[in-house]
Amino acid sequence: MKNNTTNILFCGTGGQGVLKAAEVTGWAAIFAGFHAKKSEVHGMAQRGGSVESHVRFGKEVFSPLIPKGEVNFLVAFHSGEEERLKTFLAPDGKSLLEFLLLAHKKGGDPRYWNTYVLGALAAHLSIPQECWIEALEHEFKTKNLADNKRVFLEGWKEVKL
Amino acid sequence: MKNTELPVSNNIRFLSGDEALAQGAYEAGLVFAAAYPGTPSTEILEYLSRFPEIDSQWSVNEKVAYEVAYGAAIAGNRSLYASKHVGINVAMDPLMTSAYIGVNAGFIFISADDPGLHSSQNEQDNRLVARFAKVPLLEPASPAEAKMYIPYAFNLSEKFDTPVMIRLTTRIAHTKENVQIGERVNVLPRGFKPDFTKYVMVPKNAYGRHIELEKRLLRLKEEVEITPLNRIEMNDPSLGIITSSVSYLYAREIFSNASFLKLGFSYPFPENLIKKFSSQVKEVLVIEELEPMLEEEVARLGIAHRAKHPSFRVGELRPEDMLAVKEGTERVMEASTTRKPVMCPGCPHRGVYSVLKKLKLTVTGDIGCYTLGALPPLSAIQTCLCMGTGVTMFEGFKKTLGKDVVGVIGDSTFVHSGITGLVNAVYNHTKGLIIILDNSTTAMTGTQPHPATGVTIKGVPTKQLVIEDICRACGADHVDIVSAYDAKKLEDIIKERVNSESLSVLIVRTPCKLIDRSKQSKVQFEPGHCKKCGACLNAGCPALSKSDDGLIKIDPGLCVGCYVCVPYCKFDALKKP
Repeated sequence: MKNNTTNILFCGTGGQGVLKAAEVTGWAAIFAGFHAKKSEVHGMAQRGGSVESHVRFGKEVFSPLIPKGEVNFLVAFHSGEEERLKTFLAPDGKSLLEFLLLAHKKGGDPRYWNTYVLGALAAHLSIPQECWIEALEHEFKTKNLADNKRVFLEGWKEVKL
Repeated sequence: MKNTELPVSNNIRFLSGDEALAQGAYEAGLVFAAAYPGTPSTEILEYLSRFPEIDSQWSVNEKVAYEVAYGAAIAGNRSLYASKHVGINVAMDPLMTSAYIGVNAGFIFISADDPGLHSSQNEQDNRLVARFAKVPLLEPASPAEAKMYIPYAFNLSEKFDTPVMIRLTTRIAHTKENVQIGERVNVLPRGFKPDFTKYVMVPKNAYGRHIELEKRLLRLKEEVEITPLNRIEMNDPSLGIITSSVSYLYAREIFSNASFLKLGFSYPFPENLIKKFSSQVKEVLVIEELEPMLEEEVARLGIAHRAKHPSFRVGELRPEDMLAVKEGTERVMEASTTRKPVMCPGCPHRGVYSVLKKLKLTVTGDIGCYTLGALPPLSAIQTCLCMGTGVTMFEGFKKTLGKDVVGVIGDSTFVHSGITGLVNAVYNHTKGLIIILDNSTTAMTGTQPHPATGVTIKGVPTKQLVIEDICRACGADHVDIVSAYDAKKLEDIIKERVNSESLSVLIVRTPCKLIDRSKQSKVQFEPGHCKKCGACLNAGCPALSKSDDGLIKIDPGLCVGCYVCVPYCKFDALKKP
């Protein structure tokens, strides 16, 4: 975490919920009092193409893009995209692909696999759990909120009890 | 931006550059706003459309948007125009002369540039437009700055009697960060007082206004030296970086100890500030994306400096490029490994392109989702230049090749700039077939309404433009309307019309799958009939793929039952249930 900035690279393909997961993370960081930046590309990328979202938070964040080789956490919702973007990881960076595979293995509603991975990511970060819950409430309002919270906590507990 | 409720947290919002600009404009008392959708600028007007105090509109095209918004400013209300960089090209006619006239109430035009061509047909650097038109150029580096610059821009516009250009790039427009919001200031209408020499651009008056423009530029040259938008950040004097826009943030990230001259108000060029800064540092480095605009100005002042290698004038800069930019080394090109976008499952365009491909026609294309039909495996269109060329380049092609040519254009694009092309085709005795791919929305930019949808940006019903009526009124000999999923009828009509001695318009009318989410029973697969030839994959549908055993696999979550793939299989392995 150079300059005390935490760098998370979300990736997947259009329609997989990459942007939503990044949005929740940005809000969680804001609720925790951090400066957050989230950068992505809209338009063509939504049509089934590659989707990346860079989320950075810390005391003061400069570049909206994570410099190559400084990604602390790579959160992939598509294994092919994970392979493609692994080169962006910092030497001590971590890919959370194992949690996506774990979610697949556990079965459950595919719509919530990403929420499970998000829970696992959250448990690795310095943002308090209540800020994440607040962010989920902010992003999901009443729609599927209870299920998202439940699955998020399952993912969290996979990492930290 | 479909939620109408604004997310709020202690007056801190997580806003994109587009949204922050819009929020800033709202707070600065904006009354009127017009735009045509285009990535990465679309969210500016979408955000503004939520405010009842602001009269906002999707205009027919950028020229119209600029003129309507400018008219509102001349008539006395603070007003704004927004578009992507290439939209400015369409608006250049009013833009250039509006710089002569100046304003009455404040007027801002926003250009959202797309270095790196994330979703554009070119990556022109519109900072040069400010220099060409001789209007002040503001370049915020981040969403929070974009919001801060807006009240300054309106005041500048009114104080110096000039349109003001604000330039974003994709990495500002589509970056979100914490933004503090505030209250709206109400600005009273100024009213309109006729002034023949100022507002009527006949040659004699325009000559006078050109003199005024040059005088104004001299006054602006004084302003750029003292504006708070340009600042020196002295740190280690061994490296001094002159930069603007998002490049500042990349440089700040990588060269954290360097000194900076950060330009937020970059045209006219602050010569004295540059000289002062350069004299305080040992080495000057200019960092900017695309064109060497700052670099040339620094060179003109005779200041020794370093700048990026010319190879970096192509594509966007990224933080990891900073060292190569500093060293002046050539850009190392990496092959793109990103997944390419495709048309959605059930996309109506796929049905039309399947027929056009089967008939081996030469197809002039246009700008929209349907441009994706140029990519393999469909490879159904052979040209894409700019808005409207599906019709106009068709005419040139038809008159050159003689036969087997059709033009395709979307519904929103037809309204934007296809109608004039159709009138031209009729007027100049063009024969053949133009196809309007009418999916009843502006799909590529996120399903915005347009005149032929009968709904405004605020979701209010309005008089609907009837495309078939206007085609007839333009003089088309035949106008047919067919569903995109009726392959037989499409083929029959295209065959009949393509080389006929009349000018026909075929309207293929089926709503975009992003607005009509209805599904029919998914296509049935008979594994016993499948010869593993993969011919069906030529439909380019994301719902179809090959399994490890070679048999075709249908993704039940993706298939919407359009059955466009059915005729691709000669062995009846794919069936309509």
